[in-house]
Amino acid sequence: MVDLPFAPPPPCPEAETLRQEVRSFLADALADRTPAQRAESWQGHDPEFSRKVGAKGWIGMTWPKQYGGQERSALERYVVLEEMLAAGAPVSHHWIADRQSGPLLLRVGTDEQKDTILPRIARGEAMFCIGMSEPDSGSDLAATRTRATSVQGGYVVNGTKVWTSGAHQADYMILFCRTGQGERHEGTSQFLVDLHATSGLSIRPIYAMTGEHHFNEVVFTDAFLPETSLLGKEGDGWNQVTSELAYERSGPERFLSSFLVMSEMLRVLGPEPSERAAIAIGRLAAHIHALRRMSRSVAGMLQAGENPALQAALVKELGNSLEQEIPEIARLLVDCEPSLESEDRFLATLSLITLHAPSFSLRGGTREIMRGMIARGLGLR
Amino acid sequence: MTESLIEATAERLFGDHITTRMLAAAEQGTFPAEAWQAVEDAGLPRGLVPEEAGGFGMPAAEALAILRVAGRHVVPLPLAETMAASWLLAGAGLDIPDGPLTIAPVVKGETLTLSRRGQEWHLAGTATRIPWGRDAVAVAVLAEHQGTPMVVRLDRGGFAVTPGNNLAREPRDTLRIDAVLAPSDVAPAASGVDAQALRALGATMRSLQMAGATASLLSMSTQYALDRTQFGKPIGKFQAIQHSLAILGSHQAAAGAAAIGAAEAVGEGLRIFPIAVAKIRAGEAAGLCASLAHQVHGAIGFTYEHSLHYRTRRLLSWRNEFGSESEWSLLLGRHLAAAGPDRLWPEITSA
Repeated sequence: MVDLPFAPPPPCPEAETLRQEVRSFLADALADRTPAQRAESWQGHDPEFSRKVGAKGWIGMTWPKQYGGQERSALERYVVLEEMLAAGAPVSHHWIADRQSGPLLLRVGTDEQKDTILPRIARGEAMFCIGMSEPDSGSDLAATRTRATSVQGGYVVNGTKVWTSGAHQADYMILFCRTGQGERHEGTSQFLVDLHATSGLSIRPIYAMTGEHHFNEVVFTDAFLPETSLLGKEGDGWNQVTSELAYERSGPERFLSSFLVMSEMLRVLGPEPSERAAIAIGRLAAHIHALRRMSRSVAGMLQAGENPALQAALVKELGNSLEQEIPEIARLLVDCEPSLESEDRFLATLSLITLHAPSFSLRGGTREIMRGMIARGLGLR
Repeated sequence: MTESLIEATAERLFGDHITTRMLAAAEQGTFPAEAWQAVEDAGLPRGLVPEEAGGFGMPAAEALAILRVAGRHVVPLPLAETMAASWLLAGAGLDIPDGPLTIAPVVKGETLTLSRRGQEWHLAGTATRIPWGRDAVAVAVLAEHQGTPMVVRLDRGGFAVTPGNNLAREPRDTLRIDAVLAPSDVAPAASGVDAQALRALGATMRSLQMAGATASLLSMSTQYALDRTQFGKPIGKFQAIQHSLAILGSHQAAAGAAAIGAAEAVGEGLRIFPIAVAKIRAGEAAGLCASLAHQVHGAIGFTYEHSLHYRTRRLLSWRNEFGSESEWSLLLGRHLAAAGPDRLWPEITSA
C-alpha cells in the first residue's frame, strides 16, 4: 500500500491568543502600507519592520532561549508566519534566516557561530541569502561548480551564484560549493559568508520581468573565507543542504502568495456576488483551508523530529498551483484590464501578482523537481 | 500513520471479505449478506452510537475513519448509511434494528410529510436516490413537524421501492412512502440535528470514502506502472507517467487531509466549514484521480475485466452525492462574501 500520510496537526491551544496579538501588532505596523506594497508578499523588505518583529520575540521563536529564541512550538511559529503573509507584511529581511539559515546554524553550527549570529537573527538584525543556484546549476544542484580551495588559515572561493534573492541587502550568505574531489553531491560543503567582511565578492542585480530588483548574481573571485566560516562538516554539504528543504518547501508561503488577490477580489465583488462568483470563492477557500491543514501537519512533523521532505513537496506542488490559479480566476470574475500603475487596490494587487505568478512554481524547487521527489516517494525512481 | 484499533479491525475484515467477484455480483443485484453479517458482528455500523444506546461511545472521528478504509476496499455495503441511520435513531432515543439501514431524504430540497393522526403518526411522500433502499430493513427518516425536526423509524412495510442505480450500479432507489406509525417510532431529533446536519454527515461520509478510494487508485496505478513494460522498460520509469502519478498522489493526499478534518468536525458539533471543505476538495480530487488512474492504466483499465472501474465509477458517483462541489462551494462562498474581505482570513483560520 503506497501511502503519503499527513497526520492531523498537533493541537496548539496557545495559538489563538498569540494570533490575536499578532493581528493587532500588524494592524498597527502595516497601517501605512499600500495594497501594491502588501502584494509583494514575503519579498517585501523593511529592516525596521523586522526589528519590531524581533522585539516581539517572533523570529527564531522555536530556538533555545540561550540563542535569543523563545522555545515556543512550531505551531505557534506557524501562526506568526501565516498571519504575516495574510496581511502582506514585508518580512524578507528576516524570512530566510528564520526559516532555514537559523535552523541550519542551530543544527550544525559551531558554538561561536551560534553565539554570535543566532541572537542577531532573532532581533531581526541579520539578513541571510542562499547561495545555491549557479548559471549551469539550477534544478540540478549537484552540478554546482563554485569551489572553495583550502589555503593557509581558510579557503579561497571562485565561482558564480545566481538568482540570489536579497544578496544586495543581506548580511550573510549560506554558500553551497565544492571543497573535495568527488563527483556530483560528493565533496560539497556549506559556508557562512559574511557579505560585509569578505573581499573578492561582486554583487550585481538581475532584474525580474516586472523590473523589480530581488535577484542577484554573486561572483566570487579569489574570495578568502576564514576557517571559522565552514558550516558543519567539510564534505557533508549535500546532506546538510537537502535537510533544509522541508523547511523551505512546506510553509504557508507556498500557498498564500496570492492570498491578497482573493481578499481584494471579495472587496470588489461585494457581499452578494453572483452565484458563479460565490462558487469560485468557496472553492478557493476550500483549497486554502485544506492546504493549511497539510502545511500545519508538516510543521507538526518537523517539530516531532521527523523528515517530511516528501510531504513538503506535496504541499508545494499543490500550493503553487493554487497560488497561480487565484489571479487567473480573479481576472475572469471581475471585468478589468490589469495595470501596474493602477491606483485601484484590486487592480494593483492583481497586476503585480499576475506578473509574479510564473515564479511561484520555480522558486524553492521547480514543479518538475517536486513531482520527481513525489515519484521517488512512490517508489518509481 | 498510526491506525486506531477500529481501523485495523476494519482493514482486516474488509481484506478478508471483499472480493472482486463480490463486487461484480453486488452490481448484478446480489446483496453480500455474509460480508454484511461480519461487519455487523464487528459492531462497525454502530460507531456513531453513544454507549448508553448500545454503541461504543468512541470519538466520531475515530468511528468515521473506518469509512476511509471502506473506501480503499470499495466495500459494497450500506455501512455509511447504516452508521448515519443509527446516529439519527439513537439521537432521537429510538430503537436501532439489526440489519442494513438507510436514511431519507438525501436529495436537496426533497421533504416528506409527517402529520399527526390521534395517537399515531402518518408519513407520506416520495424520496429519490435512497442508497440501498431495497436492502434496508428500516429507513431513518428526518421530517419536520410544526417546525421541529423529527426522526421516524420507517420499517420495511411502510414503503414501495422502485430500483435505481448510480454509475457504479450501487442501489439508489426511489421510495414511495405512505405509512402509519406507532408513537414509539417517532421522536424529536437530537438537538442541532436538522436537514443540513444530516446532509453534512452524508457529505463527510462520502468524502472519507472518496479519500480511501483515491488512495487505492494511487496504489493500484503505481503498481501497474511498475509492472507494465513498454519500450523496454516499466512505464513508471517514464517522466510523463511519474508526473501523472505525482499529481494523483498530491490530490489524494489533499482529499485525505480534508476528509479527516471533516470527520473531526463531526465530533465538534458538526462544524459545517471543514465539512464543506472536505466535500469540495475530495470531490475535485475524485474526478482528477479517476482520470489520471485511467490514463496510467491504458486500455486494460477501461475493461470490465480489470478491477479499476469498481473504484473510478464510485468516485464519479460519490462526488455528486450529498451535494456536489458546486453546492458546498456556493454555501461557503456566500458565507465568506457576506462576512467581507477583511473577515476572509479570520474565517479560514477559525474554521
